[in-house]
Amino acid sequence: MSAKPTTQVGPTSDADEALVRKAIASTERPPSASALSASLTFGWRGMLKVKHVPEQLLDVTITPVMFVLMFTYLFGGAISGSTAEYLQYILPGILVMSVLFTTVYSGVALNTDLTKGVVDRFRSLPIWRPAPLVGSLLGDSVRYVIAGSVIIVLGVALGFRPGAGVVGVVAALGLVVLFSFGLSWVFTTLGLILRSPNAVMNAGFMGIFPLTFLSNVFVDPATLPRPLEAFVNVNPISILATASRGLMEGNAEARDLVIVLAVAAALTVVFAPVTTRLYRKH
Amino acid sequence: MTTHAPLAIEATGLVKSFGKTCAVDGVDLAVRSGSVYGLLGPNGAGKTTTIRMLATLIRPDAGSAQVMGHDIVTEVEAVRSAVSLTGQLASIDEDLTGRENLILLARLLGLRRPAAKNRATELLEAFGLSDAAGRLVKNFSGGMRRRLDIAASIVVTPQLMFLDEPTTGLDPRSRNQVWGIIRALVAEGTTILLCTQYLEEADQLADGIAVIDRGKVIAEGTPAQLKSSVGSGALHVRLIDPEQRGQAQLVLKRELGGSVTLEADAAALSAECSDTERAAVAVAELARSGVRIADFSFGQPSLDEVFLALTGHPAEDVSAEGPDPIQEEHAS
Repeated sequence: MSAKPTTQVGPTSDADEALVRKAIASTERPPSASALSASLTFGWRGMLKVKHVPEQLLDVTITPVMFVLMFTYLFGGAISGSTAEYLQYILPGILVMSVLFTTVYSGVALNTDLTKGVVDRFRSLPIWRPAPLVGSLLGDSVRYVIAGSVIIVLGVALGFRPGAGVVGVVAALGLVVLFSFGLSWVFTTLGLILRSPNAVMNAGFMGIFPLTFLSNVFVDPATLPRPLEAFVNVNPISILATASRGLMEGNAEARDLVIVLAVAAALTVVFAPVTTRLYRKH
Repeated sequence: MTTHAPLAIEATGLVKSFGKTCAVDGVDLAVRSGSVYGLLGPNGAGKTTTIRMLATLIRPDAGSAQVMGHDIVTEVEAVRSAVSLTGQLASIDEDLTGRENLILLARLLGLRRPAAKNRATELLEAFGLSDAAGRLVKNFSGGMRRRLDIAASIVVTPQLMFLDEPTTGLDPRSRNQVWGIIRALVAEGTTILLCTQYLEEADQLADGIAVIDRGKVIAEGTPAQLKSSVGSGALHVRLIDPEQRGQAQLVLKRELGGSVTLEADAAALSAECSDTERAAVAVAELARSGVRIADFSFGQPSLDEVFLALTGHPAEDVSAEGPDPIQEEHAS
């Protein structure tokens, strides 16, 4: 519920019973929307919410900007010797981190949605059951793209020069968004299990935060103690960051891309049905 | 008097527990097509849980039900295609405008974009919401929300509508509007299962009523049968001159035949009476016989009285706000 004071709109006019009767009499029942159409319609719903409450884009734009500035200028000199050099290393990593952090909000948003009566109506519609979930994640993907674009534009403004040009950057952004779509299902599952949006937020960040920092997003794993290095090297987030750097530089390894896509697919295959089932039973 | 009209809902022995709480404990229902059937009961009686089972939102633990001829457990999609649900929490999206809500549902129900827009416009006009169509629903008044909610339920005309407490919390004017809309739906042949806490609402709208208490149907019948089983309403009269109370008592006794009670207020008395017309005649008779009346009112038996009469215990108001169906489900 919004904490904003709301102005009540008085009853402007009355219901017209004759028109109500006409409205009831005048429809036939078309076949329900297809799975794709229903999902896209729910995606449209997500977009409308952004349109009505544009402030909600702040978290996906301001936070990434802060990360880029902070890491580049605060740690760049210490870690790489020069901020320009570190920016080249860290920008794809920050892209990964920012977008992954945004995925937690998918779970938070779903948890908030559940407290509203409209979910009952969605669940009682004769539509493809995962459609409300797939649709809202499609809508969220647009947020991921926005967050990613902000970072890339800022990075380029600060001197980041991707070797593979626009095509490489777009490919990297695409890969990160695809992975995030898969990862979001984990958080929507959490969103259905936990009781409050805050709990989802806490649990989500408790997982994603250490996983992101224990990756090669910020530092070269070769500088780490051996056991930690071993973990960092198999962390899918490291592989995603490596693949993104590769795409932006034009030297991505097929093996990394395959692993990233396979992990995203595996997360979807496992957690999408779980989410759908929980959503149906909620 | 045909008893062979097709049944829109036929439920036997529905049971649903949440943890240790048995919300619905063996409910049987038979609702004829084209009728309005009222589920009457206090908060927490199991009305919402019953509706949610019939609307396929939750599975019964035991028992079975056919809705529009389809099983609620094995033919979920077929049931969903035939029904629409207007939940106790308004089943509309607060963060969208009125028009967007209707277009969203129309698209999900398979209307193409232009048809969806036309349908939204038609419904907004019919429900008196054209002027507010572009505002966010969170800024709507309670009455407007309810109207939009019902409009959303008939984006594609359902064969059966579930209405869960459609007028709870509304002012009398909005309530009358919602009643008018419900009557219009019925006039077009929609079957309605109506949950309500108000005997008056069930009386106004329903052809048949089941009274639910603690998860069980404790009485069933037409509104008239129910009220007569409970006893009756009462005519309350207050006199200008307390001296005339004896005379008034005699007149009322003669006119209405039932018992006449002298109230604590020395100028007031009330008479058992189930018929408004007879009450009116009795009041006229009082005036004709020279009794001067300060005011009078006619009271239907309240739900509390119905409950007291049927169960021997008063209706327990579990919470002032009404049970949150989500909380109810989480209760364990």
